[in-house]
Amino acid sequence: MNAPLIGARIQRKEDYRFLTGAGQYTDDISLPNQAHAAFVRSPHAHAVIKKINVEKAKKAPGVLAVYTGADLAAAKVGGLPCGWLITDVNGQPMKEPPHPCLAQGKVRYVGDHVAVVVAATAEQARDAAEQVEVDYEVLLAVVDAAKARAKGASALHDIAPDNTCYVWALGDKAKVDEAFAKAAHVTRLDFVNNRLVPNAIEPRAAIGVYSRADEGYTLYVANQNPHVERLLMTAFVLGLPEHKVRVVAPDVGGGFGSKIYLYAEDVVVTWAARQLNRPVRWTAERSESFLSDAHGRDHVTTAELALDNNGKFLAMRVKTTANLGAYLSTFASCIPTILYATLLAGQYTTPAIYCEVTAVFTNTAPVDAYRGAGRPEATYVVERLVETAARELKIDPADLRRRNFIRNFPYQTPVALQYDTGNYEATLDAALQLGDVENFSSRKEESRKRGKLRGIGYAAYIEACGIAPSAVAGSLGARAGLFEAGEIRVHPTGSVTVFTGSHSHGQGHETSFAQVVADRLGIPIENVDIVHGDTSKVLFGMGTYGSRSIAVGGTAIVKALDKIIAKGKKIAAHLLEASESDIEYDRGEFKVAGTDRKKMFGEIAFAAYVPHNYPHDKLEPGLNENAFYDPSNFTFPAGSYVCEVEVDRDTGQVTIERFTAVDDFGKIINPMIVEGQVHGGLAQGIGQALTEGCHYDESGQLVTGSLMDYCLPRAGDVPSFKIDTRETPCTHNPLGVKGCGEAGAIGAPAAVMNAITDALGVKDLPMPATPQTVWRSLQQKAA
Amino acid sequence: MYAFEYHRPSSSKEALDLAAKKSEGKFLAGGQSLVQAMKLRLSSPSDLIDLGSVSELKNLKVEGNTVLVGAMVRHAEVAASPAVQKAIPALAALAGMIGDRQVRHMGTIGGSLANSDPAADYPAAVLGLGATISTHKRKIEADKFFKGLYETALEPGELITQVSFPAPKRAAYMKFKNPASRFALVGVFVADFGGNVRVAVTGAGACAFRQPDMEKALAAKFAPESVANIKVKSDGLNNDLHASPEYRAHLITVMAKRAVEAALK
Ligand SMILES: Cc1cc2nc3c(=O)[nH]c(=O)nc-3n(C[C@H](O)[C@H](O)[C@H](O)COP(=O)(O)OP(=O)(O)OC[C@H]3O[C@@H](n4cnc5c(N)ncnc54)[C@H](O)[C@@H]3O)c2cc1C
Repeated sequence: MNAPLIGARIQRKEDYRFLTGAGQYTDDISLPNQAHAAFVRSPHAHAVIKKINVEKAKKAPGVLAVYTGADLAAAKVGGLPCGWLITDVNGQPMKEPPHPCLAQGKVRYVGDHVAVVVAATAEQARDAAEQVEVDYEVLLAVVDAAKARAKGASALHDIAPDNTCYVWALGDKAKVDEAFAKAAHVTRLDFVNNRLVPNAIEPRAAIGVYSRADEGYTLYVANQNPHVERLLMTAFVLGLPEHKVRVVAPDVGGGFGSKIYLYAEDVVVTWAARQLNRPVRWTAERSESFLSDAHGRDHVTTAELALDNNGKFLAMRVKTTANLGAYLSTFASCIPTILYATLLAGQYTTPAIYCEVTAVFTNTAPVDAYRGAGRPEATYVVERLVETAARELKIDPADLRRRNFIRNFPYQTPVALQYDTGNYEATLDAALQLGDVENFSSRKEESRKRGKLRGIGYAAYIEACGIAPSAVAGSLGARAGLFEAGEIRVHPTGSVTVFTGSHSHGQGHETSFAQVVADRLGIPIENVDIVHGDTSKVLFGMGTYGSRSIAVGGTAIVKALDKIIAKGKKIAAHLLEASESDIEYDRGEFKVAGTDRKKMFGEIAFAAYVPHNYPHDKLEPGLNENAFYDPSNFTFPAGSYVCEVEVDRDTGQVTIERFTAVDDFGKIINPMIVEGQVHGGLAQGIGQALTEGCHYDESGQLVTGSLMDYCLPRAGDVPSFKIDTRETPCTHNPLGVKGCGEAGAIGAPAAVMNAITDALGVKDLPMPATPQTVWRSLQQKAA
Repeated sequence: MYAFEYHRPSSSKEALDLAAKKSEGKFLAGGQSLVQAMKLRLSSPSDLIDLGSVSELKNLKVEGNTVLVGAMVRHAEVAASPAVQKAIPALAALAGMIGDRQVRHMGTIGGSLANSDPAADYPAAVLGLGATISTHKRKIEADKFFKGLYETALEPGELITQVSFPAPKRAAYMKFKNPASRFALVGVFVADFGGNVRVAVTGAGACAFRQPDMEKALAAKFAPESVANIKVKSDGLNNDLHASPEYRAHLITVMAKRAVEAALK
């Protein structure tokens, strides 16, 4: 009856609301009697707080309260926890320094929280915040990961005098060293994976509410995983029972990882609401976002690839120093380890891989997951190495990749993961064709005639998504489960509300999840609504990150749907006076097999809620089912990207002339949404390669503290993408889906930098390849 | 933003009277620089004197060989004006390169010149064309207007009323954009008045400045080769994350050459 909805280009249900300004973001929520918070932030990267004088601020107009770290300590408000324990090479736990919500004695980065002023209006709070007098003794700062462990470097935390959180390793070092010793060729690269500032279009925002009537709290917050936020905040920081705390993440305008975490501001407004018995709200200004949102990447790496005479990869050796910033953000510790080193096999059969990661504290904003989280860093290592090796050995880079592709699945990598399925040759072939690589040399010649340099670069990435089998994650140090939950509530007339623990902040869940449900039930999509982002409505959830929504959240919904259909069959069997085993469900109809006797889905729903004729002895009334789904493996989206650039020799300006991306995301629910995700990811990946570079000066001041200096890519910086997909369905979830949210950001940087280095004829170039950077490289080459 | 008093006078005289009374007050034109600074709490005028209703500052016309732009004329109007496009196409093109569409519909020439951002575009045209800036009490030659970083010849409370640009034989503006802000990292305006050539640079120094060696070379022969090999000294040029003095010096030559090429087209 209804056409299949899985695979259909359905327009996003949420767009009408967003495009007409009817979205409800945290800052849109206005509550009676609300007060406004302004945070006093450290102007210094590293300093001892000798004294804080709040008297003037307390007397300023409209001020209700001023709190400092001392007030939080007195109230026994805990510090922010880290959700992942890494065990170092010596079997010791990582160093976990306290992460207070308001500074206790010391500040450790520019923007660190020193005090909060709550006032009747936002302007009054800001005015009074300027009246808080803080006496600092400024200490030397260390900002550069490579210098954090140097002798004499200023120590941030007492428990880590060498600024080292952990030294961690994965892989068989002896086997790798042995392979290097007999290799015919070794390619080596030293590079920095640049630090990025996420810049979601909606800044972070939080409103804490306390009700004396039921001693309950509500936190409205721009967040990607409200249940996780609640768990962390109640159990670890405020010591509140979870049933007294509701966390609502309403419409959220982008996260890219930066809204996964529990932040100091969230805790402080919640706590202050109780002290003042008034809602307390805060919305970051863009400048505050730059200073205090968790940043991404920031690795210093030496990477080596050993090859034999035929270009077969023998081994890979990687040494990385990862900058964690001043404190451990919620998932900071697992990004440069578990989500990084495990991906170093890429799409290749490299038999031995060893990776050592040293994670350091510096006087910079905390660093955590940012779109791709560890996997762009891994892809950059692998794909820059492979391309460089191909150039050194004068082997066509596509051919070198083919010689090393994994072809037999399942495939156990030497770095812990087991790939279930894939077809890397298929995406590479398609990318070469779609990108018209065949005619590259004539385009290069044409560029040359115009005085321009032209280059081509590839990247064949893999990512581990669908995070994660909880038992595996637990064995690797996760302090939480990583399943997902879903609930299907069928209403008496057959329409459906779906509750998911996954969260949408741009991904389009309200459409693609509805497509899955409507397709499976064979009912119109208009009859299905998706609810997410409210702990008081949704049974539980682990939220959205790591491209896990459809693979894990979607599967939980499918599991709940299976239960609905199973129960529906029982009801239908009763009504049709048939045996349950004879009932088939097909596109909205319960039928007795081989007959024309049937009941519509709506009729069964109605019978469940108006159970006059009902098998009461065997079945409860109602049609409402939950499911929790814990995946048995990660999913492994992969793809091949080809980038072509042109370089203006006079100015160093790079333009991307062509960008081709062919991805394998397994089954696709809504191609239009997938294309949007790919476009966005590519723009972010191109941003990392060409324009975005977060920069602190030596004293720890953030130089790129606004969009006047931090360069986000704009529409004009990216070409019209050529994209396509190939499909090897995931083998271990019922939808066959893998996830697509991060791919573009993972594959693009290496493809772009491979193309630029090709155009310039240089081995390496730092990201972002700004005009000045490229010009300098050209100058050096000419000299 | 700190609190302030808002005024909306309907004539220059009224605006000037207010300015005389409110010593901590400021004129508000398009607000594209001033309001930003206020939001960041970097500027805290006691009073804002909005020039938006002062119609005598809004004239845009071409009289003979001169383009007359009222202080409150928006960038978008200059960019879209057929008369300006005909008389000095390089000026219309420059206005069309400022910021983005929203900024161009708010920002004004008076505000841009009074503000004298080191990376602003208009100063290159004003200096490159040898324009005259009229205020309510005097006329200031372009060569005497730009004094330093955010510093001009304007006295406190002095109101720019109009800018008059003489039309050259040919001219062009080349802008190399700061990748982040899209202001000029280096912008070069070249104008040939037939024998007399002016070359003005913005973005590279504390304020817009002329490049006499290039002017001389181009006066002798108005051709790209004349400037292609002139090496600009990097001493004193701006230094920031996006461009070192050396890179800026290099870009001045490249942009000058391209501007001459464009002017000859
Ligand atoms: C996103 C963005 C991008 C931009 N990009 C560019 C760019 O690429 N190139 C560029 O050149 N500019 C750029 N600008 C700046 C823009 O052109 C501003 O409009 C301009 O600098 C100031 O003009 P305004 O009319 O907005 O003046 P305002 O901001 O209102 O005022 C600026 C200053 O001038 C004073 N003032 C205003 N009018 C007068 C007058 N008639 N007499 C005396 N004093 C006066 C004010 O008191 C104030 O001190 C950008 C701005 C933004 C927000």
